[in-house]
Amino acid sequence: MSHQPVVVGRDGLAALIAALHSDGFRVLGPTVRDDAIVYDDVVTVDDLPAGWTDEQDGGRYRLKRRADNALFGYAVGPHAWKRFLHQPLLRLWRAEPDGTGMQVATDAKPTERFAFLAVRSCELHAIAIQDRVFLQGPYVDPHYQARRDGAFIVAVNCGEAGGTCFCVSMNTGPKAATGYDLALTEFPGEPHEFLLEAGTERGAALLARLPQRPSTPADAERADAVVAKTAGNMGRHMRSDDVPDLLLDNLEHKRWDDVAARCLSCGNCTQVCPTCFCTAVTDANDLSGATERTRRWDSCFSQNFSYIHGGAVRPSPRSRYRQWMTHKLASWVEQFGTSGCVGCGRCITWCPVGIDITEEVSAIRGDAPGGGHGRA
Amino acid sequence: MPAITEPLAPAEGDPMLPRIVRVGKRARDHNGTVTLTLESADEMPLPTFRPGQFTMLYVFGVGEIPVSISGDAADETCLVQTVRAVGAVSQAVTELQPGDTLGLRRPFGTAWPLEDLNGRDVVIVAGGLGLAPLRSVIYHVLANRARFGNVALLYGARNPADILFRSQLEMWRKRLDVQLDVMVDHADSSWHGRVGAVTLLLPRLAVDAARATALVCGPEVMMRFVAAGLSDTGIPDSSIWVSLERNMECAIGLCGHCQVEGLFVCKDGPVLRYDRVRRLMGVKEL
Repeated sequence: MSHQPVVVGRDGLAALIAALHSDGFRVLGPTVRDDAIVYDDVVTVDDLPAGWTDEQDGGRYRLKRRADNALFGYAVGPHAWKRFLHQPLLRLWRAEPDGTGMQVATDAKPTERFAFLAVRSCELHAIAIQDRVFLQGPYVDPHYQARRDGAFIVAVNCGEAGGTCFCVSMNTGPKAATGYDLALTEFPGEPHEFLLEAGTERGAALLARLPQRPSTPADAERADAVVAKTAGNMGRHMRSDDVPDLLLDNLEHKRWDDVAARCLSCGNCTQVCPTCFCTAVTDANDLSGATERTRRWDSCFSQNFSYIHGGAVRPSPRSRYRQWMTHKLASWVEQFGTSGCVGCGRCITWCPVGIDITEEVSAIRGDAPGGGHGRA
Repeated sequence: MPAITEPLAPAEGDPMLPRIVRVGKRARDHNGTVTLTLESADEMPLPTFRPGQFTMLYVFGVGEIPVSISGDAADETCLVQTVRAVGAVSQAVTELQPGDTLGLRRPFGTAWPLEDLNGRDVVIVAGGLGLAPLRSVIYHVLANRARFGNVALLYGARNPADILFRSQLEMWRKRLDVQLDVMVDHADSSWHGRVGAVTLLLPRLAVDAARATALVCGPEVMMRFVAAGLSDTGIPDSSIWVSLERNMECAIGLCGHCQVEGLFVCKDGPVLRYDRVRRLMGVKEL
């Protein structure tokens, strides 16, 4: 884009949210609920998590107060944007008795358009990965497509690295490179300002409607310093170049037994993962004879997931953890031309026993003494 | 679940939507196995299929399962499918009667490489219900017998009562242009044939390994031994094909249930070349 970045204040951000609303978007962004940063409706700039940050480690997440009033001074929370594009629960169709047979009908195509506010670089990559899964294969998922079409994305370049972040290792951040309409970099403190860059024509058109000042070379340097500092503070690291072959060549490694002894097969990692896409279908019947078929997020950690007559293909936690990790980091590449991992660290943070995917990779490679912790 | 406030719109263009079809004929085979002949319930012709593909059959209010197509691909007026009752949904499918309606989603997946068989010796090895998706190939091969070299059909069943399509097998056995052998794992007093694993038949195959193509379908453990045995007879792994089975809920590569290594069995399979899957078939619980 040839458009020059601009600098806005908190009032400019308020104007951005108002402009998105007036353009008919449902604006979704970070809010504080249940002691976590979750993605929900944002009506005004006051809904954003001003002055909050988080502490993250394996199996640990705590919100805490910042010394300043930063709006985006946290790392990713338990929600991923997939909950809006690839819904956790979706009615596929409803069939009603119709004389001798059944009449099958679906819900009307949703007309709602989303604007996502404060999408991290790792999350832009995650959305791009789910685009490949749902839109670029031989079959297109019409439900995902309807929600994805026209979504307006405001990215945020990360000013804080979370304790479990490793986007630098996965080449997915912390600076947003592509896939956004607008990207912002926050300068907390006084004056509280944001550098805004357009990534698309419609982003530039929206930018022009905000109260602003032109950016200076000093602003650009400040913004570069923000992401450089974040890149240097990653909570985790994982050598990723050799991972697909490493895992596929070690399907019988003893480490799988070790991790299986810790894994609870709860599926938390798959629910918080921004790229995990598996679903299951269930049927519900009512007394009128109607049937509804719904689709919900599923997890490869459940025993039922691989059930065929006679039993599960993967009855042991060992085989299920191996399935998840080898799919995410290795066979995903063959299927979709990209790793399924964006280094967001959610699976580490939200694992109730703190299993760390970066540590497991190190242990299988055997390159970190004492099992390796994956930390710098 | 959001409240149902959206109006119901006519169903179209969504690969997850079933089409309503009708059961034309129902034939009971052995223990709990039924072959259904499905017919169109409206003006639209039934979808065509390629041997080896499967459909998703839905019984309203019960659920949906993948089912092999066991009929003749040359007959486009009906879709013949063979199901064994092993779970709640397959039980419901086998209980459907002529005139009953059910949901059908397209034929899905890869097919046996029929075009590659021309001019070659053909080895078909089936185990148990695995004969069903291979019957479509047998129809094709027998109807076009002159196109192929030697043809061998080896079939293994657990016991004589489990032999599928028994009268057809008897009929095919009378042909002089097909080597047909049937084995059972466990015999009873009625059985006068051979007893043992179907792999025992492999060394006496009357085919030229260098110009043979083998198609194998049965339980995965059986396919693992048969494919390895065929490989040992000199048939290249790239000329051996197997049909894998995994949990499938969408059949379009989106639900993830059938994923194994780099494959979605529903869309990259179920028919796969042995050189692609040999390694993964050897890993337990993959």
